[in-house]
Amino acid sequence: MAELSASSIPSLWKLARLEFDPVRNQRVLLYPEGVVLLNDTGAAILDLVDGRRSVEAIAADLKQRYDCGDITGDIVEYLSGLVAQNLVRVRLEAPEA
Amino acid sequence: MSVPTTLLAELTHRCPLHCPYCSNPTKLIEPSSELTTDDWKRVFTQARELGVLQLGLSGGEPLVRADVEELAGHARGLGLYTTLVTSGVGLTRGRAEKLRDAGLEHIQISLQDTDETTADLVAGMKAVRQKTAAAAIVRELGFAFSINVVLHRANLDRVGEIIEYAASLGADRLELANTQYYGWALENRQALMPTRAQVAAAAAVAEEAARKYAATMQVLYVLPDYFEATPKPCYGGWGKFYFVVMPDGRTLPCHGATHITTMTFDSVRDRSLGWIWNESPAFTAFRGDDWMREPCRTCDRRTLDFGGCRCQAFALTGDARNADPVCTLTPARAIIDTAIAAAESHIPYRYRHITLTPARP
Repeated sequence: MAELSASSIPSLWKLARLEFDPVRNQRVLLYPEGVVLLNDTGAAILDLVDGRRSVEAIAADLKQRYDCGDITGDIVEYLSGLVAQNLVRVRLEAPEA
Repeated sequence: MSVPTTLLAELTHRCPLHCPYCSNPTKLIEPSSELTTDDWKRVFTQARELGVLQLGLSGGEPLVRADVEELAGHARGLGLYTTLVTSGVGLTRGRAEKLRDAGLEHIQISLQDTDETTADLVAGMKAVRQKTAAAAIVRELGFAFSINVVLHRANLDRVGEIIEYAASLGADRLELANTQYYGWALENRQALMPTRAQVAAAAAVAEEAARKYAATMQVLYVLPDYFEATPKPCYGGWGKFYFVVMPDGRTLPCHGATHITTMTFDSVRDRSLGWIWNESPAFTAFRGDDWMREPCRTCDRRTLDFGGCRCQAFALTGDARNADPVCTLTPARAIIDTAIAAAESHIPYRYRHITLTPARP
């Protein structure tokens, strides 16, 4: 499994999907036999994880959207945790045609 | 207050297989006592309202019931992520298509072994061909696909072959679960128990395979708790995230909980799932750590492993408030070490059977 860096392109594991849970009033990541309860920041990041954008592009998008500072490092840290659980996969180059 | 994430629905204890490590209780529930389709739908609706996100349709063999498709559809309508936990026997193309159309997402098929003779011996029937056919259908219809293999003395040395075979069947996930000694497995403990050398070799093979297949197949290796120094944190603690509804509606914090013969478990026939989860005596008995004794009460690990498994503590020491005897800090650890040491001689299996209840050894 490749390490995640600012230039890498993350994608969700094909068996994982994002949902909204009305009971918890919270976004959740569902996958076989597992659940990750997401905070607002995590959900905002994962909404942009689409297998096309790089981590840097996600950071730039969030910076513009929420008028925050550069959070590239935070995104790398957050997604690396999900990479370790195999819920996010990493590619270093642009997607194949 | 704890909010549950995961419900295991044991739809039936009927099963064409007779595996000697089955996690069902040794006193299996008769078909005449099973919940109806409407009962299960009510349970799933209440489970979602409580916060459940993951549903397992299990058994026994859930496909023995004709209403699995209808139940899967109801669960999908509620927004649950549903797994069918099956032997593969009875999973015809017709039923698989109906399950897919109902919105079922994930199917887990059990395999016994890559060696067909041993697989048949363990299953108590010839099931290999049906399982292989079922795996192909699951793959072809695009379900998320897991394979589960319970590991024990007779197949642990083939864990490498088992991993390669699961990959060849196209599994997305492979659960290699060392036998947990509850129910039938406890009855068969001496026949199933591997040696320390087997456990160490298999762990290394599984670790290597997990790296090799990281991109295509998730390999999960569940360690055999008897061979560890600290107990497993059973489902994140008693009544914390997980519960089980048995075929007759009795609801358990852990599928081994019927071992605790001094406890009574309320049924969804009499009570709402919410009341059972939040207020019933069984679910509140071991929440938090007020119930703990030494060495758990003052142990730094009590927030990590919650004293281990209450069911195992009761089954092996006679008191559910004791530390799980897997823990090397309790004198009861001798029970575990004795069981491992006794695992050298050949013992025949006692097969699970719905009309037989074996005497305690």
